[in-house]
Amino acid sequence: MMATYVSTRAAMWKRFRRNRLALAGLVIVGLLAAAAVAAPVLAPRDPARQVLEDKRMPPGARYWLGADEFGRDIASRLIYGSRVALVVGAISVLIALVLGTLLGTAAGYLGGAADEAIMRALDVLLAFPYLLLAIAIVSALGPGLENTILAVGIWATPGFARVVRGSVLVVKEQEYVAAARAIGAGTARVVARHVLPNCVSILIVYSALYMASAILLEAALSFLGLGIQPPMPSWGLMVSTGRDFLTIAPHIATFPGLAIALAVLGFNLLGDGLRDALDPRLTV
Amino acid sequence: MKRFLARRLLAMIPVLLGVLLLITVTIDLIPGDPAALMLGQGATPEMVAKLRASLDLDQPLHVRYARYVARLLRGDLGRSIREGRPVNDEIRDVWPATAALGATALLLAIAVGVPAGMLSARWPFSLFDNIARIVTLLGLSMPIFWTGIVLIVVFSLWLGWLPAGGRGTALHLVLPAVALAAPSIAMLARMTRSTMLEVLREDYVRTARAKGVAIRGILVRHALRNALIPVVTVLGLQTGQLLGGAVLTETVFSWPGIGRMLVRAIFARDYVLLQGGVLILAVTFVLINLLVDLSYAYLDPRITYR
Repeated sequence: MMATYVSTRAAMWKRFRRNRLALAGLVIVGLLAAAAVAAPVLAPRDPARQVLEDKRMPPGARYWLGADEFGRDIASRLIYGSRVALVVGAISVLIALVLGTLLGTAAGYLGGAADEAIMRALDVLLAFPYLLLAIAIVSALGPGLENTILAVGIWATPGFARVVRGSVLVVKEQEYVAAARAIGAGTARVVARHVLPNCVSILIVYSALYMASAILLEAALSFLGLGIQPPMPSWGLMVSTGRDFLTIAPHIATFPGLAIALAVLGFNLLGDGLRDALDPRLTV
Repeated sequence: MKRFLARRLLAMIPVLLGVLLLITVTIDLIPGDPAALMLGQGATPEMVAKLRASLDLDQPLHVRYARYVARLLRGDLGRSIREGRPVNDEIRDVWPATAALGATALLLAIAVGVPAGMLSARWPFSLFDNIARIVTLLGLSMPIFWTGIVLIVVFSLWLGWLPAGGRGTALHLVLPAVALAAPSIAMLARMTRSTMLEVLREDYVRTARAKGVAIRGILVRHALRNALIPVVTVLGLQTGQLLGGAVLTETVFSWPGIGRMLVRAIFARDYVLLQGGVLILAVTFVLINLLVDLSYAYLDPRITYR
């Protein structure tokens, strides 16, 4: 199992720093976060301002990445779009992290019927192929920011629950847990002080990797028209509207896709790098 | 083996019942009166009442659920709200298109991903391996709907080699299958590489080399077979990606399959059609995972089933 590799934080950081791809991931994620925070300063124009005579203008001196079908600056919309991607990603991953940790700890620590019931319920969620669970949720609740976040969060929950349960099962058998119980620590204390701290590193890795998946899923839902709604600048939505102009203005659909790919790549590299740094024996 | 199969089939039942329950409950998530919403503004109160009764929306959840399960056991997916056609017929019309697309993408993923991973493992950190790993990372990061659009722009609009959408000749299948397969190719290449590298360090591989078996023979006969189990696991998970991803690829390429039917059903607020489509895809996925489990026994004789 994982999370048994004994290592100091300094050693981890040393391994992480030596990994060039991991550093690249950290830089990409850092730039994204900076773009989201400093969007009003960085964006050359107002992302909502329509200049109809400039509509579909190709990239050039006036608009670095061109203008969209309403004459809005694509570069500015991409910069503001990083807010949408990161907010949806971060909140949905947080939802999954909290729900998954609760469910996984309960299943792993209590065992027996509780474990069986929780794991079978999660199997039901996992029985839906990628995207379809989110589609089913959003098609009933309706599109929009909050419902997209909720759908992505629910979709990601089983993954977190499974990994926490796995960790808990390993930790539960350790001697120090038995020792803690022998000196009279209750279940809540054992879980909070001994079991969960052992899951932290693996949860950090999972959070980074699930950020990548969450950004992809939000983009996909918005592309289908089921996620973020106009005029909010979601990258997936921008690809979708650009589809109508592929012949005359392919830049409208293609640049936002590059932004999605870059963000996802950044979180994937960061997650991979963190995992390798935490436990060099994991090879995947 | 037979008993294992029976047990696995039995274990599927609670999962499938749970899937049905979830599908039943989603209709309760609809804000307001679902029946009125489905029919739209032109509906009379009588029409709404009739639809509500026919969908069992006036019944408590457990009754609605029981009737839904009973109806499905008779093989009846209901009638679509918009066109009043049996959902069974709708799905029969679109199913072959999705099956053709999904199967082609799956074969493509295996045919490209596994050999690429093997070559990477044979010469780790070579030029090929480095390029393959970068391409793999990109493949996992690009959204498939965007990959599809880029393929359309390059291969149909600029070069004019392949059609941009629709279904007809085998040529129509090329771009959607490539777009759909791209993340799976990347995932399989990555998994094959890492498991092969692990297997190549095993004692029996060293023994085989020591007794003079050519490296190519070792790769195929010893290493591949042992590396296949994690690869097959990934393959099972990837079919879920392919089934769900079909919704996106079919939308991009106007491919007349289940995915497009689902999107059409959502925007028409045709929940009966939507439920039918989601159910079929979920059941397909569950069955494929059963096949994956069964294939382990064939791939690794050490695994015994009780």
